[in-house]
Amino acid sequence: MSQTSTAPAPTGSSAPTPRRGERARRVPNWAPWAAFAGAAVVVGALWPLLDLNIALFVLYTVVLGTLAVYLLTRSVEGSRQAIDRLVTCLVVSAFGLAMVPLVSLVWEVVSRGIGRLDGTFFNSSLVGIVGEGGGAYHAIMGTLIITALTTLISVPIGLMTAVFLVEYARGRLKRAITFLVDVMTGIPSIVAGLFAYALFAIFLGPGVRLGIMGAIALSVLMIPVVVRSAEEVLKLVPNELREASYALGVPKWRTIVKVVIPTAIAGLGTGVTLAIARVVGETAPLLITLGITTATNLNAFDGRMATLPVYAYYQLTQPGVPPQFATDRAWTAALVLIILVMGLNVVARLISRFFAPKSGR
Amino acid sequence: MSSTRTTPPSPAGTRRSVRRPGDRVFAGTAKGAGILILVILAGVAAFLVVEAVPALTAPAEDIPGESGLASYVAPLVFGTLLAAVIALLVATPLAVAIALFIGYYAPRRMAQGLGYLVDLLAAIPSIVYGFWGIFWLAPKLVPFYEWLERNLGFIPLFAGPASTTGRTMLTAGLVLAVMILPIVSAISREVFLQVPSLHREAALALGATRWEMIRMAVLPYGRSGVIGGAMLGLGRALGETMAVAIVLSVSGGITFNLISSGNPSTIAANIALEFPESSGIDINTLIASGLALFVITLAVNMLARAIVNRRADFSGAN
Amino acid sequence: MAKRIDVSDLHIYYGNFLAVENVNVSIEPRSITALIGPSGCGKSTFLRSLNRMHEVIPGARVEGKVVMDGVDLYGSDVDPVDVRRQIGMVFQRPNPFPTMSIYENVAAGLRLNAKRMKKSDLDDLVERSLKGANLWTEVKDRLDRPGAGLSGGQQQRLCIARAIAVEPDVLLMDEPCSALDPISTLAIEDLMTELKERFTIVIVTHNMQQAARVSEQTGFFNLNGVGQPGRLIEFNPTEKIFSNPDQKATEDYISGRFG
Repeated sequence: MSQTSTAPAPTGSSAPTPRRGERARRVPNWAPWAAFAGAAVVVGALWPLLDLNIALFVLYTVVLGTLAVYLLTRSVEGSRQAIDRLVTCLVVSAFGLAMVPLVSLVWEVVSRGIGRLDGTFFNSSLVGIVGEGGGAYHAIMGTLIITALTTLISVPIGLMTAVFLVEYARGRLKRAITFLVDVMTGIPSIVAGLFAYALFAIFLGPGVRLGIMGAIALSVLMIPVVVRSAEEVLKLVPNELREASYALGVPKWRTIVKVVIPTAIAGLGTGVTLAIARVVGETAPLLITLGITTATNLNAFDGRMATLPVYAYYQLTQPGVPPQFATDRAWTAALVLIILVMGLNVVARLISRFFAPKSGR
Repeated sequence: MSSTRTTPPSPAGTRRSVRRPGDRVFAGTAKGAGILILVILAGVAAFLVVEAVPALTAPAEDIPGESGLASYVAPLVFGTLLAAVIALLVATPLAVAIALFIGYYAPRRMAQGLGYLVDLLAAIPSIVYGFWGIFWLAPKLVPFYEWLERNLGFIPLFAGPASTTGRTMLTAGLVLAVMILPIVSAISREVFLQVPSLHREAALALGATRWEMIRMAVLPYGRSGVIGGAMLGLGRALGETMAVAIVLSVSGGITFNLISSGNPSTIAANIALEFPESSGIDINTLIASGLALFVITLAVNMLARAIVNRRADFSGAN
Repeated sequence: MAKRIDVSDLHIYYGNFLAVENVNVSIEPRSITALIGPSGCGKSTFLRSLNRMHEVIPGARVEGKVVMDGVDLYGSDVDPVDVRRQIGMVFQRPNPFPTMSIYENVAAGLRLNAKRMKKSDLDDLVERSLKGANLWTEVKDRLDRPGAGLSGGQQQRLCIARAIAVEPDVLLMDEPCSALDPISTLAIEDLMTELKERFTIVIVTHNMQQAARVSEQTGFFNLNGVGQPGRLIEFNPTEKIFSNPDQKATEDYISGRFG
């Protein structure tokens, strides 16, 4: 990857050298590369002996290469430079290590899920399906409905709260709300689900399952995200614009609605999209508030509904016999979910790029 | 005419000015939304308490396990803490290293893109992590667990017998570590970026190597921020549900053995697994355990925010 | 419909900090009144208190009277929004609304207040205001372009057009030329002399030549030291201020001995 940064930048390590006047010798730029290449060759040669797999091969190569770089630098440039190199190797390896889950996860989901990414998956439900076939139409519709409802609840509350914090609130109430919004971002999603269940169970009796319950649970998770992002964006609107509007005899509320919010609209759109992306893949709260169905239910106020994440969960954990078909559907559902989330992330970036206020300068 | 010269100048001193109805309604709505946040948070606590009360007052033999609420919840709390602590121990050093890499080692032009890659880890739904954990990570770890049992079996943590499926507490902790990596690294990155460039340049001007500069100028400055970020990560890990529910093979009580197939469950995962099939007092019990989780995460998050905010006050960013 | 403003015993505060102390002055209609003085002496604060923009800042307040047309602008039954409709303001940095076109910027005062108006009437008003701000010929072919795309001087004239479109009685200008080049400054100064036929103009400026060139009356603000309130030292016809001021401090400032 960026092993270029391993090589000493001329400015970086030449500064102390002449001043000390004792260390004229330096490891050439290509040496660290050579050390790692050598390590790879050595480990490769030992492959049959050690019964390696690819992960162990990379691991041993990195360890051996790092060690070689350290010892080489230590013998030529001294221990300070050697430790610097060592840390560089460690930091780069850490980043590489973090990419392993990302790459393997995407690869795994795509390769296992692509097989059932067909028309049937998108336009049929699971009614009457025992083995092969069937789809997630009901679950996809459920996810869309629940997400739309959640957005409908969360965006007005979140946006108005952000407006309150930025434009009106002051003193203790402002500090209290800011703090509690922060705390609210940390509520575990399952607790939000339990809250929605408890709320409805008290009024409608135990065992209740409704679409709207899921939307309320997700709103508890989404509202703080919307508040946070909207607050950041509204703060960026220059005060000069508010003053220009006041000076025209425009009341404060109209200034907010017609000047401040339109100026910030791109950022608000980005924030809301990212907040939707955050809740669209939530499983736990929907598992306990919506349950699952095999048939399509489009009414959020009447009984159980299927959603994509819960669908994926049940297809995986309760596949039936033979399990292969349900497991395939589960992976495809996971793939669709990832595509949905990534798509929303891309849309968010596009909004911020294309809908930013036009400035001729 | 109200001339203020006649009115005594109060400390607040502002004249109550005329406000238009539109302004009053709008300001009231905004304030209402803000207060609604307080109400929701209070509501979460209140409704959980109300629904948990039957379990708190029920006779011990009605609780699943038939030996009372405390002994039902205790292993769950233990499992929750154990998994979260493993995640924290693995994720924090890695996240700091990643933040350093993006901030100080990666080529400038690539840094933003690489940061975005790490953030992508946060976008992946937790259920997908569960799929990945049980199908990809767990089998890959089986030989490693066997090796641990053979060579480090004398340590109670690795006493074994090693799980043949890899669905162990350590695997669950590692999956959680990956999941909290982005938030810890994002907050670390943020604080490292705020290190005054004067400090860094001063260190370099003294002839420090890059690592010495980081050790002298960056890490001390960012320490409390990293701690706060790690605490936020801990809060996430404590409440994480689906990945653990899928990955962890649950059977048994409190044990420190990390690589066997007998593990305590976590509160969140246990709720997800048991809730759909439960009714009556069992549901109240689960809600009571959820209340415990709520209290734990609330405490952790409040502490984390207090640490992060205190640091923000010092940095002069506001 | 230019109007006269009488200020009496005005004290201006930021929280508990007294920023400007005891101002008594009469501002004549159909004339330009310039306010000069060193930085931080409170001249902008005073200007902003004339149309109740001062109180937009949290904790800011005033004591005393500002009377226009026999009405105390700080009376308990006076809506600050109405005051600002009668007394317009132009700011130091040009601040056109970035989301609006040139046309919409000029019409903003009406549009934002949801005044219903026939399209042709609105067109007339926009044209009249832009002509009034000497900007019409430069922008008449691109009224639908963003206002932020104009040059700094054009933007400032756009802001003046926006301010006069709501047809105020008084126009306050807070260092309107300080961010502009000399040619744009000249254009704005010419514009001011035209506008004073219709409006009462109060301008804050750092540029003493500018005050001498355009104004009929000049007020000199000063403060004794950091942390002290600013005070109106002298208020006289411009000619007198610049040739034979009453106060020693004024003379020192005019002749460049300090400030």
